[in-house]
Amino acid sequence: MGRVVLVTGVSRYLGGRFAKLLSTDPEVERVIGVDVIPPPHDIGETGFVRADIRNPVVGRIIEHAGVDTVVHMSVIATPLAAGGRVSMKEINVIGTMQLLAACQRSPSLRRLVVKSTSAVYGSSPRDPALFSEDLVGQVPPRNGWGKDSVEVEGYVRGFSRRRPDVDVVTLRLANLIGPAIRTPMTDYFALPVIPTVLGFDPRLQFLHEDDGLEALRLAALGDMSGVVNVAGDGVISLSQAARFAGRPTAPIPPVMSGAVGVLYRRAGMTDFSREQIRYLTFGRGLDTTRMRKLLGLQPDYTTREAFLDFVAARHLHGPLSPEVIRGVERKIGQLVGERPAGRPPRSGGLD
Amino acid sequence: MPDAKVIAMDGDRPRPAGARSVLAGAERASGERTRRRRTTPLLREPAAGPDDIPAKSYPAKKAPATKKSPATAKPSAATESPTVAKNPVATAKPSAAVKKSSAREDLDAVRTGIEDPPDASTRSERHRLGRELLSQAGEALVEVLTSKARPGDIEATVGSMLSLLFRRLAGEYELDDFGFDQEFAETIPLTLLLPLYRHWFRVDVRGIENLPTTGGALIVANHSGAVPMDALMTSVAVHEEHPQHRFLRTLGADLVFQTPFLAGLARRCGATLASNPDAERLLSGGQLVGVWPEGFKGIGKPFTERYKLQRFGRGGFVSAALRTGTPIIPCSIVGAEEIYPIIGNVPSLARLLGLPYLPITPFFPLLGPLGMVPLPSKWLIEFGPPVLTDEYEPGAAEDPMLVFDLTDQIRQTIQQTLYSLLVQRRSIFF
Repeated sequence: MGRVVLVTGVSRYLGGRFAKLLSTDPEVERVIGVDVIPPPHDIGETGFVRADIRNPVVGRIIEHAGVDTVVHMSVIATPLAAGGRVSMKEINVIGTMQLLAACQRSPSLRRLVVKSTSAVYGSSPRDPALFSEDLVGQVPPRNGWGKDSVEVEGYVRGFSRRRPDVDVVTLRLANLIGPAIRTPMTDYFALPVIPTVLGFDPRLQFLHEDDGLEALRLAALGDMSGVVNVAGDGVISLSQAARFAGRPTAPIPPVMSGAVGVLYRRAGMTDFSREQIRYLTFGRGLDTTRMRKLLGLQPDYTTREAFLDFVAARHLHGPLSPEVIRGVERKIGQLVGERPAGRPPRSGGLD
Repeated sequence: MPDAKVIAMDGDRPRPAGARSVLAGAERASGERTRRRRTTPLLREPAAGPDDIPAKSYPAKKAPATKKSPATAKPSAATESPTVAKNPVATAKPSAAVKKSSAREDLDAVRTGIEDPPDASTRSERHRLGRELLSQAGEALVEVLTSKARPGDIEATVGSMLSLLFRRLAGEYELDDFGFDQEFAETIPLTLLLPLYRHWFRVDVRGIENLPTTGGALIVANHSGAVPMDALMTSVAVHEEHPQHRFLRTLGADLVFQTPFLAGLARRCGATLASNPDAERLLSGGQLVGVWPEGFKGIGKPFTERYKLQRFGRGGFVSAALRTGTPIIPCSIVGAEEIYPIIGNVPSLARLLGLPYLPITPFFPLLGPLGMVPLPSKWLIEFGPPVLTDEYEPGAAEDPMLVFDLTDQIRQTIQQTLYSLLVQRRSIFF
């Protein structure tokens, strides 16, 4: 007897790929994808239902199809894509509430997987180097995607209290990066000059999109429950990442960083909230012990490899790319290399 | 009276009187003292002889003028294999690194021959009584200048520096989860602090054998001196004197991590936030962790309260050690109190600037930037015998009474060692 999985947010890149991946899984009988717009890409065998999770039609779908697993992936991070901060909050928070209300009514439901984000920890100088799942950030996010995710997690906790028979998995994913995914972070590293906060070089952690999909698959088809951090191994610094992407950095004094963020947002170049600027100031790291032990995920890409894969796939190349630097070094080496020819007799004379 | 008690305990080292004390003082001021390591009589540990500490395996680094041995004068290429393995530059450009170190050794040989015969009697004669400490620093400067004056040496140095620079420009370095960048820490801060450590504060380290060769340990020390110079010097001491050249991972206040430039620098040098999750993660990862539990109360206390330990936080460091079963090593630092004697504080201005205190020293606001030069006090750093925590039962960290007892025991040990070290130190500056 196969499983019937409902995936929300299939019209977005990761949701679509995940639905397609699940539909090829022998364990899964049927995948139902839900979103407000038709998916622009191939979602495989997935049955698409055009519906808004903000209205009760989702409840009827769950009931009629006998859905036993719901994967909630439509918490969105990009106000530009959602049509402004207000509608983004509406989709994220009200949408989750409606979905959970529908889930609570469904007797067939056994499993709920929620894609959350590491942004729920916030980012501050008073936080430990690595967050384990039971720690709470000293400065929780106050706006944007992070705040929405904190609220979503709150409703999910409420749901798991009311339906103790349903296994609830909350995945706190680090920033996703990879060849095709587009997030504020990938836009940021594609800027010709990367603005940074003067005097800070945060630790960044990335998760390759393939590892992110595998984490979602394990969460949807596995039998664990609870909150799990998901991230690639290791950290890289922002300056290191900028070098890999070959981009020069433009340090901006901390007091002006908010205004510059707004400027970039207005120009539509990247979508940076205050929380993301805090992340780019103080950095953050996730403890992934539970990911290995409970979820059973061994990421294929470390943070560095994931970032390098992103750089290679996007052909990010700039005046400071490692190849350019290496070239300059070779040239200087050749220039200097002519000098030591005169050296041996001189040092021999001294001996 | 603690003073009387300590003097009584100072039995096995009778204080020299008259001319003998002058002679002893001269010896103390000279580089001799770095070779003769004694432990404090209070602790009655077998003294570590000079042979216990292996000779510095850094031919590439600058050997101090006061510590020349005939061994370093041999310009043999065979002795350089450890350097090649150790020096990260060498892996990229082995030939340049070998050239560099051999050039340095040539130089050492030349200099040793000219100005510093490796004879103990002439050397102690050279270091006369009341020798100006500034001249020692000047000598170091001259040494640096003369070594730079050789074109061949410059070439090799520039070559390896360039290779390192380009590698770092290309982002080819590793950070650990805490943001520690070992290559950077070894290359820049430890090298820059070394002259300060050797020639300015002339740090005398004792009990380095109390630090484990492998595995985690928590080093707990007293804090003083307006700026955390003691933390920097302890890090240098651990890296320089320990046979395995281990790195000390320091735990810092959140102020460090919210200050621009300092934040990134501190993480790169191995510091992380003083919090239980971080301390336990480092300790269970087998790192040497340094903590200064007095915090701002200790570092910002007025000069009149020097060497009086303040409250030891809330004992968080003890519970971290108990949870991970790692030994606690009490560390007493003498000398840091005098580098910036705090004679006043401007709390209102400090609040305005978001600082915990704003020190006034006899020189600081008065002489401007010149007042920021630390006074060249004589430093003694003693690592005491470890306090083992692995024999307590697993739930011991949740027992507040035990935690308080252990905190107090460690505080007492450090305070007593401080008194004992103060008695042994002849004066503030020698």
